[in-house]
Amino acid sequence: MDFLTLLQVLDTTIRLATPLLLACLAGLFSERAGIFDIGLEGKMLASAFLTAAVAAVTGSVLIGTLAGIGAALMLSGIHGLASITFRGNQLISGVAINFLAAGITVVIAQSWFGQGGRTPQLSGNARFESIDLPFVSEIRDIPVLGPIYAELISGHTLLVYVGLLMVPLTWWVLFRTRFGLRLRAVGENPAAVDTAGISVVGLRFAAVAICGLLTGLAGAYLSTGLQAGFVKDMTAGRGYIALAALIFAKWRPWYALGACLLFGFLQAIALRPDVIEGTLGFEVGVQLLDALPYILTVVILAGFVGRAIPPRAGGEPYVKER
Amino acid sequence: MTDHTPAIELKGISKAFGPVQANKDISIRVMPGTIHGIIGENGAGKSTLMSILYGFYKADAGEIFINGRLTQIPDSQAAIRAGIGMVFQHFKLVQNFTVLENVVLGAEEGAMLRPSLAKARRQLKQLAAEYELNIDPDARIEDIGVGMQQRVEILKALYRQADILILDEPTGVLTPAEADHLFRILKGLRDQGKTIILITHKLREIMEITDTVSVMRRGEMTATVQTAETSPPELAELMVGRKVLLQVEKAPATPGKTILEVENLRVIDSKGVERLRGIGIEIRAGEILGLAGVAGNGQSELLEVLGGYRKAKGKVRLNGEEIDLTGSKSDARTRRARGIAHVPEDRHHEGLILDFTAWENVAFGYHDKPEFNKGVFMDNAAIKADAAAKMERFDVRPPNPNLAAKNFSGGNQQKIVVAREIERNPDLLLIGQPTRGVDIGAIEFIHEQIVALRDMGKAVLLVSVELDEILSLSDRIAVMFDGQIMGERLPSETDERELGLLMAGITDTDKPHSEAEIEANLAKKRASAAKEA
Repeated sequence: MDFLTLLQVLDTTIRLATPLLLACLAGLFSERAGIFDIGLEGKMLASAFLTAAVAAVTGSVLIGTLAGIGAALMLSGIHGLASITFRGNQLISGVAINFLAAGITVVIAQSWFGQGGRTPQLSGNARFESIDLPFVSEIRDIPVLGPIYAELISGHTLLVYVGLLMVPLTWWVLFRTRFGLRLRAVGENPAAVDTAGISVVGLRFAAVAICGLLTGLAGAYLSTGLQAGFVKDMTAGRGYIALAALIFAKWRPWYALGACLLFGFLQAIALRPDVIEGTLGFEVGVQLLDALPYILTVVILAGFVGRAIPPRAGGEPYVKER
Repeated sequence: MTDHTPAIELKGISKAFGPVQANKDISIRVMPGTIHGIIGENGAGKSTLMSILYGFYKADAGEIFINGRLTQIPDSQAAIRAGIGMVFQHFKLVQNFTVLENVVLGAEEGAMLRPSLAKARRQLKQLAAEYELNIDPDARIEDIGVGMQQRVEILKALYRQADILILDEPTGVLTPAEADHLFRILKGLRDQGKTIILITHKLREIMEITDTVSVMRRGEMTATVQTAETSPPELAELMVGRKVLLQVEKAPATPGKTILEVENLRVIDSKGVERLRGIGIEIRAGEILGLAGVAGNGQSELLEVLGGYRKAKGKVRLNGEEIDLTGSKSDARTRRARGIAHVPEDRHHEGLILDFTAWENVAFGYHDKPEFNKGVFMDNAAIKADAAAKMERFDVRPPNPNLAAKNFSGGNQQKIVVAREIERNPDLLLIGQPTRGVDIGAIEFIHEQIVALRDMGKAVLLVSVELDEILSLSDRIAVMFDGQIMGERLPSETDERELGLLMAGITDTDKPHSEAEIEANLAKKRASAAKEA
């Protein structure tokens, strides 16, 4: 494998890791606050659809993205209502959201556009354009560093950079701010937060809302950054992979980046069987390559990567007790 | 501060949960700079009253005056603003946070964490110097002992500038030495002008450190008296409503043949920590062996092994015959058939199925007996009749076998479990925390039953964290620490101080020991446990 091919694979890795990363950080906020969210998938899907649909109609990807975030926030609100206000089962609520999103996106897409449950192909301002970072043309010719800067670092869409910036931002919010301290506390022992005179319900809704915002961005990126339009079930299990990455990352932002890049890398090499064959010297079935991220997900969820301790109050509704 | 304005005055507080009247028209005055005890049986409404004061519940009627001013306390935030701090029975701490983070939580200075933490660090140093509340601000809660955790709770309240401190059953989880330290802290706080409300069911604590004591019974305040002018029997009578025997009456034991022999018993738990490190005990017929120790030093594991739901290495003989500790015959059913009855430590999780009826619970573990079955079917009529008879003999109230177990009070639930086990006439009774969360009246009754069983020539292994109970019931006392027996004593030849040292793992009990030494020993043990895990 030559240097340029490697850069191409890594470049694809970053692009494919971005929706995972945004969804993973979304889950991180929610689960750190004690609300398990299996509905990342559904929220991404709803956002992917509405972003593409609104972008197709208005011709503006920004308006589309806002609409997509709105859709994800609405589903977050439902999840919050069910699991925080009414103290329902968080897994069931999440599964319901996934089903709801899988069905309703296709139905509405068919009713609006009549293209078999898709949105029209997006182009121009209806998609996120890739951004060239400054000095690309000047630096490009420098050996090694030049191509890395030009091919790998520069030339992504806005949401890729947003996703990467979210990692230090999430870390900072969680570990350096009052809000983060309270958020982590409410996921570990809501009674401690309650007796300190802070609203458990308020904190958890805030966390769920942040989760909605980030899954909204993840969905928007899928249909307007990574691809050019919405197709049925286009999240393809990314929400679940993000959950696996979250567990792999032990609910820590920087680890989450690493985990998502690993999954992104597996997805990226699955697209280049020729590179695999060139490197390993024999042919690996495309089906096997496609299955790799999912196999890793199963391996992680089965607990083969060591003990991960989830937030202690995760999954349990808070009931005031003496 | 005038001496005549109460720090807290409650007037006509009432609170009902559904049909249950938890507090009935309660009025109380707590003077500033005093330690005011509130004593009462379980379910008397002490905790409800304090939860109303801390804004956890809203009273149906009544008024709260803080320092003479009518104050509304709709939530905990309002209580904190009014200068009230509360140390709950079950600590409200975030386990994987540091001491500092726990203290700061909810009382941060601004949106950024660092300045808040720095300020709290300085304050903690001052508070530590002022009140003997020494603690490492960077230690994680999960790494420190319960005594320390309680200090963190007190520091939390003081950091929020509480003038009034409520402590709910604070000594339940402490060793005698830790309890003494706590009392010194509380006295220090009182001398600095703080007002302290101490909720407890232990008469000894009331007599030891309170200035004034209020007694609650069935949701009502029955009396408020100066501690110096009352006595334990008088308080007990006020609590229960009739005269109570505080001392168990029992004749000297007449031990017969050896019933239970345990040799070199070892247990390693799922995390690889050695919970029992070579336990050896012996119990004879007609004898109660009391096993004292701070919770978590292996007593539970020992009961589980003997009861048949934890595997172990070593030798256990019952009536001279060896018991299977690892194989297919190491289950609870086989143990029961061999004459071992077990009243587990935790009646809610191990002793009863709370949603099932009393009669079903009375049959559990013995449901396969021929008298309860007709062919492949259970003979429910027979079981119910048997349950009704047992409940009658054990004075379970209400005596209704069709009621779900969760609807009985703690004392009556425990009576159901004890009745089930004792009435089977076992050779050996294992009984863990027989009176935890049980009211005085029921304690008296359960103690009588245990002594009666002993007098019938049975062996009893009594595990309890209440030293009073161990001292008054046992014929011999063994003390456990860190999975080992630290020593055996006769109740007539020992006292709380000596047992307390053994409970902290110190065997040369003749020497005087400082608290620092005891704490160091406990810390050493915790560190080694953490390393193993």
